[in-house]
Amino acid sequence: MILMEDVWKTYPNGVMAVNGIDFKLDKGDFVYVVGPSGAGKSTFIKMIYREEKPTKGKIVVSDIDLTSLKERDVPKLRRKIGVVFQDFKLLPKLTVYENVAFALEVIEESPDNIKRKVMDVLELVKLKNKARMYPEELSGGEQQRVSIARSIVNNPELVVADEPTGNLDPDTAWGIMEIFEEINNRGTTIIMATHNKEIVDATKRRVVAIEGGRIVRDEQQGEYGYES
Amino acid sequence: MKARTIARHVREGLKSLVRNGWMTFASISAVTVTLLLTGVFLILLLNMNAIASQIEDDVEVRVYIDRSADEQQMDELKQQIEQLPEVDAVSFVSKEEGLENLIESLGDEGKAFESLRDENPLQDMYVIKTDIPQDTVTVAKHVETFDYVDEVRYGKGTVERLFKVVEVSRNIGLVLIIGLIFTALFLIANTIKLTILSRSKEIEIMKLVGATNAFIRWPFFIEGLLLGLIGSIIPIVVLIAGYNFLYSEFNAKLTTMFIQLLPVYPFVIQLALILMFIGVFIGVWGSLTSIRKFLRV
Repeated sequence: MILMEDVWKTYPNGVMAVNGIDFKLDKGDFVYVVGPSGAGKSTFIKMIYREEKPTKGKIVVSDIDLTSLKERDVPKLRRKIGVVFQDFKLLPKLTVYENVAFALEVIEESPDNIKRKVMDVLELVKLKNKARMYPEELSGGEQQRVSIARSIVNNPELVVADEPTGNLDPDTAWGIMEIFEEINNRGTTIIMATHNKEIVDATKRRVVAIEGGRIVRDEQQGEYGYES
Repeated sequence: MKARTIARHVREGLKSLVRNGWMTFASISAVTVTLLLTGVFLILLLNMNAIASQIEDDVEVRVYIDRSADEQQMDELKQQIEQLPEVDAVSFVSKEEGLENLIESLGDEGKAFESLRDENPLQDMYVIKTDIPQDTVTVAKHVETFDYVDEVRYGKGTVERLFKVVEVSRNIGLVLIIGLIFTALFLIANTIKLTILSRSKEIEIMKLVGATNAFIRWPFFIEGLLLGLIGSIIPIVVLIAGYNFLYSEFNAKLTTMFIQLLPVYPFVIQLALILMFIGVFIGVWGSLTSIRKFLRV
């Protein structure tokens, strides 16, 4: 699903965020990306959905070679990937339903499909009964579930999550993790950057640790490995 | 593009117009003022041009024939004139016809001249039309040297002055209008910039979920287009009504001076189309400026 070969990223201001990463993730896998702040996790994640371009090296995501991907073809890649953020990025003037439907409307999905897909995905994140509410009327956990619903409503092959539980209390975080588990069980590949030691240690999944822009540890059934 | 998508873009564009309130108002006003002045200027310029051409067409060389010339001598003179290469046509106007025309053109006041019929003070003359108006001078200079010519007159000075006026006013008008167009462009570009900034979060999400660049750009493009189009409504209505009024008030009077304004139709339709086109052009250009600058998609 993801293949990186000798990937480097130096920002125009001289910051060397990623310094030679080789990484492989198979279809259907679930991986945590851990490491201290400023270690290069975010850049690593952003390069997967081509928010950032590598200065050197090769990246292939879902059979698309990002190194030769033309600017106008970026939407094709983005439609195969769902992205979830720490700060949810919901549109405050739209209802829960509209926020999720928005993702389909702007890629010109037909109205019939939109309705069906949005209701299905709201069912999955258990927010069907709050479809008409606005984001500010929801708790943080519920808002993150809306954001997850939006990221998966188009059935992406891959979900990229950048600290999705970073703003949530532990109980709520577990609720969110259950949803990611469920999505993963349905066959969707998941890559998640996180600082949540409790969750990483308890779920016993593959862990990739990044420090100084390099992968310093890559273990199946790994642990968080830092003080939280 | 599907009808539903077009409807969505137009809806989003309209929403922004409402949301940007004062900036929308300022932009539309700028377009309105620009187009009003452009329209007034076009009406004046095109009519002056038309009138100048009418007068130019009328430019003729009048050759007053010496009273002492007999019929044969007059024929000789006519042949001499006709042999000049620049000459298109020569017509004879007898002093009786000349007086008749004069009395007629002066209307009531002309009746005072009725008594002159017995003792006509006018001269017979040849009226020469040249192939192109600019040749009147050459022809006049030539004919002056012929025998039995008493006097040669031509109206070139008037025409030249008129064309000079048209040219000067065109230049002044162009500078003014270009300045106004840029003001309108600037305001529209800023309105679109506001919309883009206020929608930065929406745009970010659209990019993330894979909306195409064209899809993201369209609403801003339409917003600019609408600003220009709405701005052209008032100028078009005002100028059509204004020209209708002007025409009905003044054309009859001008006709007695042998000049005519451009007929209302199709002139006002052409004018409306030109103004609408300029409005749309300003709107689209303004929005493209901002889209390029602030919407890196």
